[in-house]
Amino acid sequence: MSEQSGMFGATGSGDTSGYGGLVRSVFSLGSAERPFGSYFDQVADDLERAYPDFADAIERVVVDRGELTLHIKRVRLMEVALILRDKLLFEMCVGVSGAHYPADENRELHAVYHLLSMTKNQRIRLEVSVPDSDPHLASLVEVWAGCNWNERETFDMFGIIFDGHPGLTRILMPDDWRGHPQRKDYALGGISVEYKGAETPPPNERRSYR
Amino acid sequence: MSTYADPYASSRETTEGTVFSVTGGDWDSLVTEIGAAKEERVVVNMGPQHPSTHGVLRLVLELEGETVTEVRCGIGYLHTGIEKNTEYRSWTQGVTFVTRMDYLAPLFNETAYCLGVEKLLGITNDVPERANVIRVMMMELNRISSHMVALGTGALELGALSPMIFCFREREKVLDVFEMISGLRMNMAYVRPGGVAVDLPANAIAKVRETVKDLRKSFKDNEKLLVGNTIWMKRTAGIGFLDLAGCTTLGITGPVLRSTGMPWDLRKMQPYSGYENYNFDVVTTDTCDVYGRFLIRVNELEQSLRIIEQCADKLEKLEGAPVMVADKKIAWPSQLALGGDGLGNSLEHIRQIMGTSMESLIHHFKLVTEGFRVPAGQSYTAVESPRGELGVHLISDGGTRPYRVHFREPSFNNLQATSAMCEGSQVADIIGAVASIDPVMGGVDR
Repeated sequence: MSEQSGMFGATGSGDTSGYGGLVRSVFSLGSAERPFGSYFDQVADDLERAYPDFADAIERVVVDRGELTLHIKRVRLMEVALILRDKLLFEMCVGVSGAHYPADENRELHAVYHLLSMTKNQRIRLEVSVPDSDPHLASLVEVWAGCNWNERETFDMFGIIFDGHPGLTRILMPDDWRGHPQRKDYALGGISVEYKGAETPPPNERRSYR
Repeated sequence: MSTYADPYASSRETTEGTVFSVTGGDWDSLVTEIGAAKEERVVVNMGPQHPSTHGVLRLVLELEGETVTEVRCGIGYLHTGIEKNTEYRSWTQGVTFVTRMDYLAPLFNETAYCLGVEKLLGITNDVPERANVIRVMMMELNRISSHMVALGTGALELGALSPMIFCFREREKVLDVFEMISGLRMNMAYVRPGGVAVDLPANAIAKVRETVKDLRKSFKDNEKLLVGNTIWMKRTAGIGFLDLAGCTTLGITGPVLRSTGMPWDLRKMQPYSGYENYNFDVVTTDTCDVYGRFLIRVNELEQSLRIIEQCADKLEKLEGAPVMVADKKIAWPSQLALGGDGLGNSLEHIRQIMGTSMESLIHHFKLVTEGFRVPAGQSYTAVESPRGELGVHLISDGGTRPYRVHFREPSFNNLQATSAMCEGSQVADIIGAVASIDPVMGGVDR
């Protein structure tokens, strides 16, 4: 008799379902050098002129695949956001997204803001990282009111706490949910479901189909 | 408390006061109770199971008599974890997941996702012309079918039943075209990274032309029913006001933004899939209200038809051209054909890989089971969906599966405007305001 494990009895690299637990690599893109190309030099110049602490606040600038990403120190996020809105006319924050890099020590959780300037027809991206042990970040609801639900979603999915948010509660998951599902250490699996008295175990705990 | 049990409005005592569960019919006990209360403030839970909230949307309303003083939205009832699931599937399999987000606009989800994957792969310019034209044609057909639901259910929710019948009749015609081309009526996973799954069947363009002609004629029925209709105007004009400043700070896009007079349409402003090669107009109104958004949707139908006609012309010229990138390391290896039992691998292709070439078989197996690798990095691509800016944020770690997929759903962002549109208005106007946002809960909750 052999021992069985996993949903389809798959172990090692044959797993495509994810239930066996995947090992992921860490990656990082290098900083970009001037000239950045496109309108990105103009954005960087304008920001430097309008914001004297530019060199201190911007950790690095990444230009990749025709998109500009400004990595910002978390304590400076609010200042930079206000300058970008008022001086550089990025009047809309279209969305906030998160990412979890468990191997990136003290920078595990990232919040990513996608900004749009309808006036200038430009897009840029802000990225801020916080350590998992202290996942606090300034809320930008006062700058762009539309960040409200986006930040709630990022809190719900990643556990980043947005300080100053008017009502930071879970939005997609139930209020009493444990854990933050989009983190990499949160396994794809599920909870057992009760239906008409019978209990169905989550997929990762079901018997092997072999 | 009333002394008899009201079958439609049972009540229980809580620390917050008496809570009624009303289900329909005459709410005698509720009316008596509210009439006797000292204050007029009532908190009403509307939904999540309510025929007028456009799906499983829950609205928590604070009322002073008939006036709404506060609206809060409860969402998440349709959360299915699609974004998490895609991290455990190959990049191509992701299409099958994301098409199920906003189920009224599946082709927009697929195209936005595939444009993102193509940007990460650096093959945006290698996608064949014919694939781009097919994508545009399918998206515009989808815009019509989506607007048909928006207009039909929007009218239904405000009490106009006939438009719904007409709109769903028109939608069926579009879904028939989808079925003919992709084999499925919705959630078709037709657009794939690098192109589309399968070329058009032989008589597809004739069918599309016939449908366009048919639709143009029958759209007039709806216009005659609602445009300028006095009752319809009374329910929609001046309702759900949201101006440009409100839209900008709340991140509102799509018909709601264009109803403020702002001609912001990504098809014109930041063209993708070759939209710069088509003649069409961006429809705007300047009334900032429900009626303006209704008119925008009505008039966008004609613009979509114009684009579809131009697509048909282009496709006739591109007959026989490829619909998938030439790079065999990315292009989905199977040659699909529509057989009697649905869409599947064509017999010639199976004969070729099974009988003539071991390398073809290995290649097919590797690409289908493991998938292609995507260089590390992140991208954000946006398309103009029927509801506004549908953005896809993709992160790759260089592997065969996405590291992170995030959809910036227009329904999700636009639904935030509910409070701004409804507070201070009458209860009945909430229905119109929410219908004019046209949220699709599958997209909101993902």
